[in-house]
Amino acid sequence: MTPPTTSPAGSERPRLAPTGRRHVADPIFKLVAIACATSVLVLLTAMIVRTTIEAWPVFADQGVIGFITGDLWDPGQSRSEVTGTYGAWPFLYGTLKASAIGVLFAVPLAIGIALFINEIAPAWLKRPLTYGVEMLAMVPSVVYALVGIYFFRIEIWRPIGQFVADSPLGVIPLFSGPVTNSSYWAAGNILAIMILPIITAIVRETFAQTPVDERLAAYAMGATRWEVMRQVIVPRGFPGIVGGTMLGLGRALGETIAVAFLIGASQRRDGSIFFAGDAVTSLIFNTFQDARPEGVWALLAIGVTLFVITMIVNVVARLIVYRVGRTVGDAAV
Amino acid sequence: MEHNTRTVRDAVGRPAPLTASASASHALTDAVFDVAGLTVSYAGVPAIRDVTLPIPRNRITAFIGPSGCGKSTLLRAFNRMNDLIPGARIDGSVRFNGEDIYGADVDPVEVRRRIGMVFQKPNPFPKSIYDNVAFGPRLNGQKKGLDDVVEASLRATALWDEVKGKLKASGLALSGGQQQRLCMARAIATNPEVILMDEPCSALDPIATLRIEELMRELAETYSLIVVTHNMQQASRVSDHTAFFSVDIDDADGARTGELIEFNDTQTVFTGANDQRTEDYVTGRFG
Repeated sequence: MTPPTTSPAGSERPRLAPTGRRHVADPIFKLVAIACATSVLVLLTAMIVRTTIEAWPVFADQGVIGFITGDLWDPGQSRSEVTGTYGAWPFLYGTLKASAIGVLFAVPLAIGIALFINEIAPAWLKRPLTYGVEMLAMVPSVVYALVGIYFFRIEIWRPIGQFVADSPLGVIPLFSGPVTNSSYWAAGNILAIMILPIITAIVRETFAQTPVDERLAAYAMGATRWEVMRQVIVPRGFPGIVGGTMLGLGRALGETIAVAFLIGASQRRDGSIFFAGDAVTSLIFNTFQDARPEGVWALLAIGVTLFVITMIVNVVARLIVYRVGRTVGDAAV
Repeated sequence: MEHNTRTVRDAVGRPAPLTASASASHALTDAVFDVAGLTVSYAGVPAIRDVTLPIPRNRITAFIGPSGCGKSTLLRAFNRMNDLIPGARIDGSVRFNGEDIYGADVDPVEVRRRIGMVFQKPNPFPKSIYDNVAFGPRLNGQKKGLDDVVEASLRATALWDEVKGKLKASGLALSGGQQQRLCMARAIATNPEVILMDEPCSALDPIATLRIEELMRELAETYSLIVVTHNMQQASRVSDHTAFFSVDIDDADGARTGELIEFNDTQTVFTGANDQRTEDYVTGRFG
């Protein structure tokens, strides 16, 4: 076959149409899309800059390190300068402690639920269970707060705490008495329930992505169902477990009302998990109405600090997921 | 090569009976499997019907036939992989060294530990090369001597020289042919008596295919191999015996049921088949 050496007479064939009106929509749509994407960054930057500026006098007066590690929170009454003492540590400590308890309970539970729904449950049970877990995410947090304060902490968590504190474990400072109704323990438990749905959803998703070939390979090697879960599905889902945990942790760190109801608002910063404490969000929630301007600056400062912590948590999570994803061969999340 | 495959066997020792009450009644002394009246059905529809054949020990047996003839289904009956499919039902018997692997007191997990399998698409775990090969021995509780088993298995699949410097690298970083040989190494690391191969070369290029075929010949000195293949040249090149299956399509509901047409040594199947249908298939007149 030889290509034609000359082009055929052009006039008889339809010409390619020049750029017409139909294409006007393209640049407009592009601009709108760019504007939408940019607005997110603008909003985020504005929030960070604005709150940091407002909080700056407190950071300047206490020093960033002094503010974070300080043990005393004693707000002043001034409208123009920083006169009080602002140490955020008792609240940061409480936030981290309650969130750690929440994550510690929620993650194994989420993995267990995910494995059960995906691998073990009979078909008719999968859907109700999935809905059940998802429903937990639909309950407003104030309802959790109320149920927690009137029921769970009194009838379940405090008795369990008392039992542990009275047992030989009670000699460990972390588990020692006295046991109060509101405590890090109570707040941590309610957080565990609240972050369970998001962790379960993400873990289930990654478990479900385990290639069928890998399961079959493991079964063909003589693995039991339990061994397939432990050796194939859970390692495959590791990025999802980390990602879900970090997302849950992020929510736990920021959860306000349930923590405010259940943590007890005590600055004692007890070593035990069973005593009342305080958290960053509950401090802001409980005190902002009565705060004088310098107190508001301080609350903004501790809010900014919490934001930075959650950002670090997320960055670390992404790094872990990325690194594990590389060794696993593909990024699951 | 021969020395190393022997090391694998010695590391684990001679296989024990599947159950304590195993009888030593061998129907055929040189058959590793005896299939009798085997029908495998999915949801009540037979995928392959009434198969009776022996699988000779330390030989390569090829299953050939058109798509839908149930040859892969039959292969999965040898290590009870069909058990994993809901609604699968098995009738008849598959005797492994005289013992029915579908017996009431036989654990399918135990069957699979004794009968290795290599799949159509290379499917190494997203673990290191070392951990891939050590997977089976670790399942069996082996902790000591894993280095030796891994090396011997990788040597037996001619992979050792290519990967010895990067045993900690991911198995997924290897080429397709290397991955398939890794899967073979993984299968032989537990010292199975039989290796089932389900179209092991269909995802590989011709050169990688050739290497796998060479390897199969070497492995047949130590193991009994059953190979399902779409590739008739492959069956004629590597196998000692060939079973030809055909598919019977129900006029009423279109259900496809496979049946064994002919089982013979490979030479006979390809040069002077007893059954006209076999000859038509191997000469390319249908299928």
